[in-house]
Amino acid sequence: MKAAIFDYVVPKTVSEASALLGSTGAATVAIAGGQSLVPMLNLRVALPDLLVDIGRLQELKEVAATPSTIRIGALTTHAAIEDGKLPEAFGGLMQQVACKISYRAVRNHGTIGGSVALADPASDWTGCLMALGAQVRISGLKGTRSQPISEFVLGQYSTSLAADEIIVGFDLPRPNAALRWGFFKVVRKSGAFADSIAFAVAQGRGGPASVVLAAAADRPRLLPKVAERIQVGGGSEDALRSAIAEDVAEHVSRDDAYLIRLHTSTVLRAVREVQAQ
Amino acid sequence: MKSLTLELNGAKITCDVEPRETLADFLRERCRLTATHLGCEHGACGACTVAVDGQATRSCLRLAIMCDGRSVQTLEGLEDDSTMEVLRRHFHQSHGVQCGFCTPGMLMMARDILLRMHDPDVETVRSQLSGQICRCTGYSGIVTAIVAAGRELGRAGQAKGVRESGIQVTAIAAVPAKVDD
Repeated sequence: MKAAIFDYVVPKTVSEASALLGSTGAATVAIAGGQSLVPMLNLRVALPDLLVDIGRLQELKEVAATPSTIRIGALTTHAAIEDGKLPEAFGGLMQQVACKISYRAVRNHGTIGGSVALADPASDWTGCLMALGAQVRISGLKGTRSQPISEFVLGQYSTSLAADEIIVGFDLPRPNAALRWGFFKVVRKSGAFADSIAFAVAQGRGGPASVVLAAAADRPRLLPKVAERIQVGGGSEDALRSAIAEDVAEHVSRDDAYLIRLHTSTVLRAVREVQAQ
Repeated sequence: MKSLTLELNGAKITCDVEPRETLADFLRERCRLTATHLGCEHGACGACTVAVDGQATRSCLRLAIMCDGRSVQTLEGLEDDSTMEVLRRHFHQSHGVQCGFCTPGMLMMARDILLRMHDPDVETVRSQLSGQICRCTGYSGIVTAIVAAGRELGRAGQAKGVRESGIQVTAIAAVPAKVDD
């Protein structure tokens, strides 16, 4: 199908973008890489009056590393992350996640900010950034704000972004010790959206750990009991499985034996990967 | 309508486009460059793969107007490209073509793979090619052709990563932009 008619504008600054997006009386949508939005336009699932192309805003391309933080611009593409263009602080986790997103031709244009702003429940970045404790940097007409990604994503395709706001980038705290990580996802076809994704990270041994399950609920969910098992270390397979069962049951119906088994399996594999390091 | 200026297969062109026009439709309908095929029109099949600023791109997932000021390369512009010459020969020898619908996208993606990766093995090619669909299911010949082309280019030391400096632009006869609508 072909997209319906809309107008198109390229703002020169972030504040100009916000003014355009916040203008009343028209359905406005921001476009960055367009790898999710253009198919939605083509299928006429999205019917905006005005497309605001934020893909050329330099402010959204900033990548920086300080002793405590890695700052990633919203317009950073999956391909740039796959190719190792970011400062490495997470033991290669982000590269591994990036190279398994869709296909190279999509990764060349799709952006990390666009992925998070769309808030697909099976988005790779939302779950990954949640596991890494990222803060979302947001700019709008009232100025800028910062919010933990776990609070930023409200549900299926729903975020705390106001109409005039855009994601500027992400601040990721550097781990205090070498990051041990596990990442596993189940896809029916390589490059397709996943049926289940699990991220497990631990800062050294005994340091803070975090486990996230995505594509299971309306948004990626933290699994605190499983994270605790990693942090404590040791423990039996049964103890780990029972922690997974408790956490997964919070988000997946116990009646669906297949889904329980699927999500249990991805979490288990991600955790085992961490434990093996 | 919005004015669009881009470098298409080495020739600078300017014309008016509708914002809703995808790059694929722009190439096919306005520029009459029909090597770029349209299969699914939502990014699933890869038949419409072209290069934008040297990066493999699904032209159905890119609005033409988003390519303002950029360089676009289609299969038509790669007739004299050294990598494409080797690929074409191996597609022929390994029977990498059945009905031919997916072939332009396969060739564009194959070239992208060989520019990024030195002498890729079968597994790598299959994984890198997983976004290109051949409805004849003729993958075997296509994968064989790309692996063989990679081996030949690897031996000759030709498959250099030239992406950073921009890809070689081959001029073809400039296509007059259609200015009606």
